[in-house]
Amino acid sequence: MHQARFKGRLFPFLLLAPTLAILVVFLYYPVFQTFRLSLYRVAFLGLRKTFVGFANFSDLFHNPDYIHSIVVTLIVTTAVVIGGLGISLAISVLANQKIRGARLYRLLLIWPYAISPAIAGIVWLFLFSPGYGIVNYLLSLTLHIAPNWLGDPFLAVFIIIVASIWKNLGYNIAFYLAALQNLNTDVLEAALIDGANYWRRFWSVTFPLLSPITFFLLITNITYAFFDIFPIVDVMTKGGPFNATNILIYNLYREGFEYYRTGSAAAQSLILFLGVVVLTLIQFRTSGRHVHYGGA
Amino acid sequence: MRRRRLKVFLIHMALISVVFTVASPVLVAFFKSTQTRDQVFSYPPVLGFGSVKAMLDNYGRAWNQYRIGIYMKNSMIVSVAVTVAKTLLSMLAGLAIVYFDFPLKAPIFYFILFTLMMPTEIMIIALFNLVSKLGLGNTYAALIFPFMASATGVFLFRQHFSSIPPDLADAARVDGAGPLRFLWNVLLPLSWNVIGAFALIQFIYMWNQYLWPLVIIRESSRQVIQVGLKSTMTAMEATDWGLVMAAVILAMIPPLIVFALLQEQFTKGFVLAREK
Repeated sequence: MHQARFKGRLFPFLLLAPTLAILVVFLYYPVFQTFRLSLYRVAFLGLRKTFVGFANFSDLFHNPDYIHSIVVTLIVTTAVVIGGLGISLAISVLANQKIRGARLYRLLLIWPYAISPAIAGIVWLFLFSPGYGIVNYLLSLTLHIAPNWLGDPFLAVFIIIVASIWKNLGYNIAFYLAALQNLNTDVLEAALIDGANYWRRFWSVTFPLLSPITFFLLITNITYAFFDIFPIVDVMTKGGPFNATNILIYNLYREGFEYYRTGSAAAQSLILFLGVVVLTLIQFRTSGRHVHYGGA
Repeated sequence: MRRRRLKVFLIHMALISVVFTVASPVLVAFFKSTQTRDQVFSYPPVLGFGSVKAMLDNYGRAWNQYRIGIYMKNSMIVSVAVTVAKTLLSMLAGLAIVYFDFPLKAPIFYFILFTLMMPTEIMIIALFNLVSKLGLGNTYAALIFPFMASATGVFLFRQHFSSIPPDLADAARVDGAGPLRFLWNVLLPLSWNVIGAFALIQFIYMWNQYLWPLVIIRESSRQVIQVGLKSTMTAMEATDWGLVMAAVILAMIPPLIVFALLQEQFTKGFVLAREK
């Protein structure tokens, strides 16, 4: 940052005031309130509050449904992150070749960024529908099976994962392609002269060079799988069948806005908050040193 | 030479099939939105364009009867308002941080940056209580105010302004221009790429919002498009999928237009695309 260029004691605060006011009122204050609420048991519609200390937290960790929700979230997140990044990287490497129309391909690959999770949920719900869906039609033609995707816990998790990966492809490909185009080609050429074959070159040179962007996408995709796929779950499965797709944010929504267990929901908020804080701190710490996001 | 040409041909084929596969769910949605009820539910499934008549019928009913028009109007108001406000507030904050000296500058900057750790979704219970107490339930204000400030935006414009030669500010000062005139006349014209990328991400983020409007908006006439889409789907077997897909296609148009207009800036703009 360079030297200040304008004078004024009060004026900079005036410039910052709107941003600070919004952040204090709509982010810091709710965080503070969430901490407070998590220590209370709130009876019907907030009419009576009883201080219960950390009981909401200990209840949660003794509740098999909540533990199950944690496990589901971890499974979905792992699959969405690994599947999503793997597919995106493969497509990006393919699209990064020096061929005619590369810009057009690039555009045709990243436009799904504009699609919303709710739309992804609706469209895939239709594709997977048992009676008239295209997926089951193709499966019955080839494998002579017609699974009931929404009725089976395992399959329901699977279709949530498929829709979630698909929805985020545009975002991931946009970043991988940008990173690939900014790679230092000297190293790659050196490896080429060394006679390393394509796969050797990819795994020993390209992939390590991409580690900063992979790491960045790892964090953003974990956040995506934790929070942003809420509409996909709400549209496709509503957490079912038998809570099979009841990810943490969906559980939080139900506790807070369907069962009105405010104290428990606030405690769940804080558990998720802790996760986000840890992720963000990891990101802050690493972004300064080996990880380089420039260019693009 | 021949091997090279074969290789290029194979790459094209592979890319075309990938592009097609990625787009196929949307293509199916579009085809279904042009079909009559019978065609939508036929088995084996009919793929391909139905008819203009069925298409107009589906889109017309979605727009009027299922209020997609109203939901889209609401989403448009909210998304444009937030995008403009966020950009403006972030630029003002960036201006203060880069071009002024004032006490507590670093702590204030970190105070802003820390909000990256506070996604709205997490604090939704407390935010709901707060916004309801302020009497803002069922209003556009409930959908706009909590999102008007942005740590990403402040960070982004701070970085961008820092990269602009400082002499420009000196020159402006010598010419007698104040900071706001400097922002308008000098910084703004130099910032279009950053603004474009930021606006694209923010517009799409707001247009796609779901959980917050779902809980805070109870009145259908104020609801946004993503939640409104759900109302086109009734019980699974009774759902009129042709109509649903028409609503889906309509809901995709505004963000795709914004994407088409700003994708150049998006790719050039910046890489740290956090959505807050």
